[in-house]
Amino acid sequence: MKFFKSLSTGQRTIALSLGFMMVLSIVRLFTNADDITSSGTISSTLRVATPILLAGLAGVWAERVGIVNIGIEGMMIIGTWFGGYGAWKWGSWAGIALAIVAGSLVGLLHALATVRFNVNHVVSGIAINILAAGTTEYLSIIFFKGQQGGGESQSPAGKGGYGEFDMPFLSGGRIGSWRSPDMLGWIEKKHDLPLLPDIAGLLRGLVSDIYIPTIVAIALVPITAYILWRTRFGLRVRSSGESPQAGESLGVPINRLRYQAMAISGGLAAFGGAYLSCVFTSTYRQGQTGGQGYIGLATTIFGNWTPFGVFRGAILFGFPSALKFRDEKNVPALLLVIAVILIAAAIVSLLKNKQLLATGLLIGAAVSAATYFLVDEVPQEFVAATPYIVTILVLAGARQQLRPPAHAGIAYRAGENH
Amino acid sequence: MKNQRLQRMAVTSASSLLAVFVALCICAVILLITGKDPIEAYRTLFGAAGDTKVLQGALNRATPLMISASAVAIGFKMNLFNIGVEGQMRISLLATAVAGAAIHLPAPLHVLFCLIVAMATGALWAAFAGWLKVKRGVNEVISTIMLNFVALSLVAWAFDSFFRVESTTGSLLVKTKELPTSAWFPDIVDRRLNGMFFVAVLVLILFYVLVWKTKFGFQLRASGANPGASRVTGVNPKRMIMISMLLSGALAGLVGMRSLLGDVHAYQNNLAEQQGFNGIAVALLGRNHPLGIFISALLFGYLGEASGRLQLIDIPKEITTIMTGIIVLAVVIINEAVKRWDDRRIQHKAALALEAVAVAA
Repeated sequence: MKFFKSLSTGQRTIALSLGFMMVLSIVRLFTNADDITSSGTISSTLRVATPILLAGLAGVWAERVGIVNIGIEGMMIIGTWFGGYGAWKWGSWAGIALAIVAGSLVGLLHALATVRFNVNHVVSGIAINILAAGTTEYLSIIFFKGQQGGGESQSPAGKGGYGEFDMPFLSGGRIGSWRSPDMLGWIEKKHDLPLLPDIAGLLRGLVSDIYIPTIVAIALVPITAYILWRTRFGLRVRSSGESPQAGESLGVPINRLRYQAMAISGGLAAFGGAYLSCVFTSTYRQGQTGGQGYIGLATTIFGNWTPFGVFRGAILFGFPSALKFRDEKNVPALLLVIAVILIAAAIVSLLKNKQLLATGLLIGAAVSAATYFLVDEVPQEFVAATPYIVTILVLAGARQQLRPPAHAGIAYRAGENH
Repeated sequence: MKNQRLQRMAVTSASSLLAVFVALCICAVILLITGKDPIEAYRTLFGAAGDTKVLQGALNRATPLMISASAVAIGFKMNLFNIGVEGQMRISLLATAVAGAAIHLPAPLHVLFCLIVAMATGALWAAFAGWLKVKRGVNEVISTIMLNFVALSLVAWAFDSFFRVESTTGSLLVKTKELPTSAWFPDIVDRRLNGMFFVAVLVLILFYVLVWKTKFGFQLRASGANPGASRVTGVNPKRMIMISMLLSGALAGLVGMRSLLGDVHAYQNNLAEQQGFNGIAVALLGRNHPLGIFISALLFGYLGEASGRLQLIDIPKEITTIMTGIIVLAVVIINEAVKRWDDRRIQHKAALALEAVAVAA
């Protein structure tokens, strides 16, 4: 324990991820579920996680400036529609751009309601969700119905793809017309070895078959962290979410910041939506978001209102769906992974003299392992419900570790309540 | 005193009416931009009011809305935002469909049994959120959103794995075992208006009596308005949170009963979908007052029923969903503006009175 505490945050993250990879590797050797660490799973995890990640970042921007954003789902829906429309008319990049503009406008509407008119943030968010659903359904009938390939609830197929990216030498990307060797792919196929193929699979998943919008989305994680924690603008945004009165007394233009941050939040959420309608697929479909905006909201909480935390949450919540997507037979292996992690957590809490917690964790581990041996298949609904259950558990069990912005969701008007 | 209350009521109703008017105007602009004729649209939409079939349909649609809005409003009275009505309704729908089909009772008792099961399961699911709030300090907005999705998955899984019965008529729609006729809620007028409408009206009356005419209701409102002060007078805010959450959940359980007991008589996917969620808009427009809720539920029920007519003149009926969203936003914005204007008016009055005293002295 002392050794672990002496490490820096970066070293700890590396140590923990190595430990996690080790668990996955052991489970893989034991269950023959080779797909749980294959590069294919990792890259499809990234694809599934990207919209969740963007929605989560939208939540971070909104709550950090002090506005609760229940409307993320609605902003995503707007993003799917305008993404689909733009991709159909002008091509996929135009779709994303149009979606971001539309989403920012919806973000500004939420800001207008909450900042200018002092409306309850939750009510405004709900109104935006209703409006977004109604508007997109209405517009689909006006614009898509009767078009070739389109319909009342679906856009015609979008134009143009994004070009997938493979890293030369590591995952067999091309340099000019020459195809470089796929080194990680070669290691990944040595399934009998422990750990090495897993790490190779992880790395190869990160550098092969990856869409450029995915890279942009992932790059937004450090960019958001940098802006919010290392620039003057970011400091002011956070001050608006922590104590707007204090910020105001120092001359920070709270209201303007809230408009700006909400435009960013709406744009990010809509980018997430457009990812669904022009990257993940090439058409807009009604109901395409399927509650992913709310999963994004969950990752904001799970990630403790930080961009890297949101990233972790998006990967964690995306992983089971990606695994399910590829081959259902691999999902039960996750139960063993959970069991091993719970046992590890139980040992840690025993070392900290928390017997009660340790007992609970051990019972959880036993249940999870027993389920693995009893069932052949994990129902789809359980995979779907996982993010929500995890978030409730985190909120109920680890509130001491969570630190939401102090002023998020509280009514504020410049010059009042001093 | 009485005069003042009347005045306040007039202001409240006027601001709700204004919100509806604003929404109609904005939707007219949207219709114009998208190349549709708003005048023709509204003539069709409101012209349908002459048709008794449409009106009966509107009452049927208003039934669940009245109940779900009461469920939301009772939370609002305690400053609780129960977004989980939809999830609580789903859980109780499946539970009631299964329990109701499993037993045999004489007709009135069977219906009563079903309603009790529905209320109990709805309250049970809401109790989760209440417990999380009271014991773990989890914000009910977040927990009820999360629990909605958990309920959705749980019900879908339980239905698919245990309770679905393949249809005998060859229809693709899968349902649970059909309820015996003794559990059906009878239609009343002309075989078109379902009796659950009167249950919903009864719920509104009980809601009024409970919140405005009993000691408990007074404590509830006091605790919602100022938890600190009412705590000093011996009202335990945690207890009030738990009770109002349970009440809200019990009502949420009733929301889907018109569809289940009065219409389909078995559980199926999409049964009563969105009826819990739509109660939020109704409660907001109705200002959490039973009379307001009654009128707003009729309005939304009517819009839902008459919107089908719009398709006949080639206007997407989804314009009414847009209208709902704008109404919600407009009503809260107008309320806020009116409140500030009222505050200023009172301040001004007080200042004048003070001045008069100073001059006299």
